[in-house]
Amino acid sequence: MFDQILQFILTGITVGATYALVALGFAIIYNASDVVNFSQGEFVMLGAMSTIALSAGNGLPLWLAAACSVAMVICVGLMLQRFAIAPARGASVVTTIIITIGASIFLRGLALLLWGKDIFGMPHFSGEVPLRIGEATLLPQNLWVMGGASVLVLGVHYFFNHTTHGKAILACSCNRTAAHLVGINVGMMMLIAYGLSALLGSLAGILVAPITFTSYDAGVMLGLKGFSAAILGGMGNPMGAVAGGLLLGLIESLAAGLISSGYKDAIGFVILLLVLFFRPSGLFGKASAERV
Amino acid sequence: MSHLRGFYLLVAAALLLPLIFPDNYYVTVVGVTAALHAILAVSLNLLMGYAGQISLGHAGFFGIGAYASAILTTRYGWNPWPAMLFGLVLTGVVAFTLGRPILRLKGHYLAMATLGLGIIINILLVQTGSLTGGPDGLGGIPTLSLFGWAVDSDLRWYTVIVSVLLAVVWLVLNIINSRSGRALRALHGSEVAAEMMGINTTTTKTGVFVLAALIASLAGSLFAHQQAFVSPDSFSFFFSIELVTMVVLGGMASTYGAIMGAIILTFLPELLVVFEDFEVLIFGAILMSMMIFLPQGLFVGMQKLWRRVATEESRRGAA
Repeated sequence: MFDQILQFILTGITVGATYALVALGFAIIYNASDVVNFSQGEFVMLGAMSTIALSAGNGLPLWLAAACSVAMVICVGLMLQRFAIAPARGASVVTTIIITIGASIFLRGLALLLWGKDIFGMPHFSGEVPLRIGEATLLPQNLWVMGGASVLVLGVHYFFNHTTHGKAILACSCNRTAAHLVGINVGMMMLIAYGLSALLGSLAGILVAPITFTSYDAGVMLGLKGFSAAILGGMGNPMGAVAGGLLLGLIESLAAGLISSGYKDAIGFVILLLVLFFRPSGLFGKASAERV
Repeated sequence: MSHLRGFYLLVAAALLLPLIFPDNYYVTVVGVTAALHAILAVSLNLLMGYAGQISLGHAGFFGIGAYASAILTTRYGWNPWPAMLFGLVLTGVVAFTLGRPILRLKGHYLAMATLGLGIIINILLVQTGSLTGGPDGLGGIPTLSLFGWAVDSDLRWYTVIVSVLLAVVWLVLNIINSRSGRALRALHGSEVAAEMMGINTTTTKTGVFVLAALIASLAGSLFAHQQAFVSPDSFSFFFSIELVTMVVLGGMASTYGAIMGAIILTFLPELLVVFEDFEVLIFGAILMSMMIFLPQGLFVGMQKLWRRVATEESRRGAA
């Protein structure tokens, strides 16, 4: 029993690390521009799918294919900001939600057109010989996911707290006009935020693809889970979003193992609803008063 | 009665079409689907367009109605009418209990909560296989019959579903033009201001949420009997988004716009054979470009254009 639970926990942390990266992407864009980017999950899908297409289809080595596809997804993120979000500035929340949902469906349609409905696998980065921890097993790829996610999260933390650009983005999120007045190029900062978010999404997709496989519609659930995680942790707090991601991954994995795997997704959303009903600012967020 | 002028045009069109083309595939088959979608779009528009409350889970209520009818008539041998009523009661209870806490939320949180609700309902439909037939669906649903008049041909289904559509449109138009309709629009503008005017915003929002859910449930029951088969795919997250697309395309806060959006998006895949591969892409493009370039939707956009042309004409006539 204990070994089984250990196994669920290890799986949960791996899945949770992916959610955490998606949630972090959500939180960055939300904090920078007050937009919830429903196409965050598509960044994950595009990262994985284009890496596979470049490496298996065009014979590039995996690392080069990954680098090219990350660059491509970043371009998609920048275009999303420039051509879909920026023109609708000042629009209502409902409008921006529909725009990003539209973008998400558009990207999914594009992937469907390019790569069809097949499910694709990706080779593991460093072999498939499982490591044993007691009776539980761990694939080297799980370590890649956990390690990669930790590096990225720390990197983002450093970026926002110790670099001028990171602080400038935070300034934009506090007060756009004031940021503009002190000479911050607000448009540029928005582009950086979207690019960074796309980078995180695509890398999450590439890291996790060898374990979970991928297909044109793999981004939908991942995106929604990432969003749930961000709400769970508190939208205003990037590190809260990361914690929310890990927590959601753990809960889901334990629920799938101990209750029923069919209800795994439902349990995630039930928790989301409960958090929204009883603590809408998230587990780690500060309660905020609304300005009228 | 000026607010019902458009309604009489709609009634006339609905009556004339089957008289002119009684056996036309596009009228009695695609037309019925379009009318069903229009019922859903009109109800969602009541919530999204007038009350300003986004819902990304409307297909869930459509699904509850459809499955209530399907399960009770096939597995328990109920008569379709009490089964439909049971679906409505169930939907009403679910919408009322969850509506209050959900509608306290705003913006992104509201979107996410309704989306989560829709997905949970869909997962329940897939997972409770012994009752719902799981992902394979449930077939052999009997057709409706009214005092011995069995709804067993395309034309008869057209009559039933279009009549329901007209009844729903009439109801919605009257609500919008009533005190509660003005309350809805007031809280769309500003909830705080609406409360200052003495509107109970929670009750109003819950009320419209429940009403929209009930209409969707009714449409679901009709859909189940008309298709004689239901499967969870018809009530997925993507269908909720499709409904939002219809509302947005036609124009939020315009009942005729919602009907127009439903008709366009139902006929497009029928008319363009190549559409199938591009369906997802085109939906996405429509959603994005409408919100960026024409946030009021096609219907209101066309009305404005028409008015501008009309004033130009009259000005020229005067000069």
